[in-house]
Amino acid sequence: MVNLNVNIGNLSLKNPVLTASGTFGYGEEFSDFIDLNKLGGFIVKGTTINHREGNPYPRMVETPSGMLNAVGLQNKGVDYFINQIYPRISDINSEIIVNVSGASIDDYVAVCEKLAPLNKINAIEVNISCPNVKQGGMAFGTTANGAAQVTKAVRAAFPKTLIVKLSPNVTDITEIARAVESEGADSVSLINTMLGMAIDIEKRRPYLSTITGGLSGAAVRPVAVRMVWQVAKAVQIPVIGLGGIMDGRDAIEFMLAGATAIEVGTANFIDPTTTIKIIEFMNEYCNRHGIKDINEIIGQI
Amino acid sequence: MKKFMIDFVIVDNKHIHDNYSLLILTPKTGEKLPEMQPGQFVQIALDGSKSTFLRRPISINFVDYDKNQLWLLIRRAGNGTSHLIEMRNGDILNIILPLGSSFTTPANKTSRLLLVGGGVGIAPMLYLGYVLKNNGYNPEFLIGARSAKDILELNELKSVGIVHISTEDGSLGEKGLVTTNSVLNSPIDFIYCCGPAPMMKAVAKVAQSIGSECEVSLENMMACGVGACLCCVENTVKGNVCVCTEGPVFNINQLTW
Repeated sequence: MVNLNVNIGNLSLKNPVLTASGTFGYGEEFSDFIDLNKLGGFIVKGTTINHREGNPYPRMVETPSGMLNAVGLQNKGVDYFINQIYPRISDINSEIIVNVSGASIDDYVAVCEKLAPLNKINAIEVNISCPNVKQGGMAFGTTANGAAQVTKAVRAAFPKTLIVKLSPNVTDITEIARAVESEGADSVSLINTMLGMAIDIEKRRPYLSTITGGLSGAAVRPVAVRMVWQVAKAVQIPVIGLGGIMDGRDAIEFMLAGATAIEVGTANFIDPTTTIKIIEFMNEYCNRHGIKDINEIIGQI
Repeated sequence: MKKFMIDFVIVDNKHIHDNYSLLILTPKTGEKLPEMQPGQFVQIALDGSKSTFLRRPISINFVDYDKNQLWLLIRRAGNGTSHLIEMRNGDILNIILPLGSSFTTPANKTSRLLLVGGGVGIAPMLYLGYVLKNNGYNPEFLIGARSAKDILELNELKSVGIVHISTEDGSLGEKGLVTTNSVLNSPIDFIYCCGPAPMMKAVAKVAQSIGSECEVSLENMMACGVGACLCCVENTVKGNVCVCTEGPVFNINQLTW
């Protein structure tokens, strides 16, 4: 029996497999396909203090081995999550992590204060890296100072495990990672989507209503693996790796690069059972390599 | 409705002509097809090549429960649908189904129902007409296309109800668009419509002007098909909602057209 248990801050995950925010709804959307109780955890859609309508359609275009999206944090606000969604999913026996977004530091803090009392929410992932909103989001995540300010404020408002999700759209991601570590983040997750753009040459206009959007899918994976490797070397806190993980092989690649846990994103759209297949692969891989505890492979490179 | 992910085998790929195929599929392991409603759709996984990364949403054209077969009508639109059209009998397709909302049926069985399809938009109308007829309604079809060769499944539609035709070049039925077809001069209680967006908008206007109820089936670009990615939204009177879960069928009163 292989040990797949990993720890992120005070969070003990039964296995390293999480789902990326914005690709897995609130878990319920996938309950016909998988047993949600088998996941290490799932990270719910980016949640803001108020309801957000998001960006106009079209919000998505397929690109080589990936897709661009420009959803723009559409969600019904933190109160709706707490009153309507949380009661429906709080009996699931895996960690529910809420992704928190805001247009200002006060917004982030207000959402965290509302989430902190919820028994089942043992961790939040603070999104300082959304490329699809005009205010906040990535603006905080592209300077070490901005990232540090958000982390410091949220740290004071949320006593449980604090994960900060980093943007790849920066010159040196290790600088940002060190800044949030120094302000008390328990973990960093990376990468959010990469800013991209695609043009319909027949219509001579961008495919997305917002012109630019976030690139995800297998196309971004080598960049994500590189950044996870760099950040894991630069910080002491555990790193959560994501970006184009399509199967178990990819998940192991991220762990070898230094990820303690991984998030599955775009792959959920193609095969809603990807997460379960990755957990099965991790068992099989460890058995094949004579590994008793998956923690042994973290950061071997 | 519970959703399933099932491997299907292609029993027959009927090439209608260069740009259209009718795929007839049955579950590989022989399991019974789940219940599916007219207007719902499926998500088909493709080969995983770099240009066909995501699943393709396709309308349910017909469900033959006796033969345990699913019909999907495919129009060549890009790399993904071209790949589907070129598949061979015996090939396997992984499909998630059934997805989305379905057309509603009026309470009064004597209502005059017109099922309007433009081009490949007739796909959901065949199954809808069949189910309506089986439930004691008397559906009529109005189908429109550029030319006679783009009129699909005419014999199947005729076996269900009266078929009115409009072609832009006049090569079959009345010359012109569906919105100028003479059938719309007589009273109609309920119009169901699927086709290109400009056509559906025009039909919706006609429905409003003649006082008919109207439901349309949208085909916004989507990724997940299960309401997770929020990419396929349509702006409605309730704000942005997912076409894959709240739709694809909408009453036009819900839309901001």
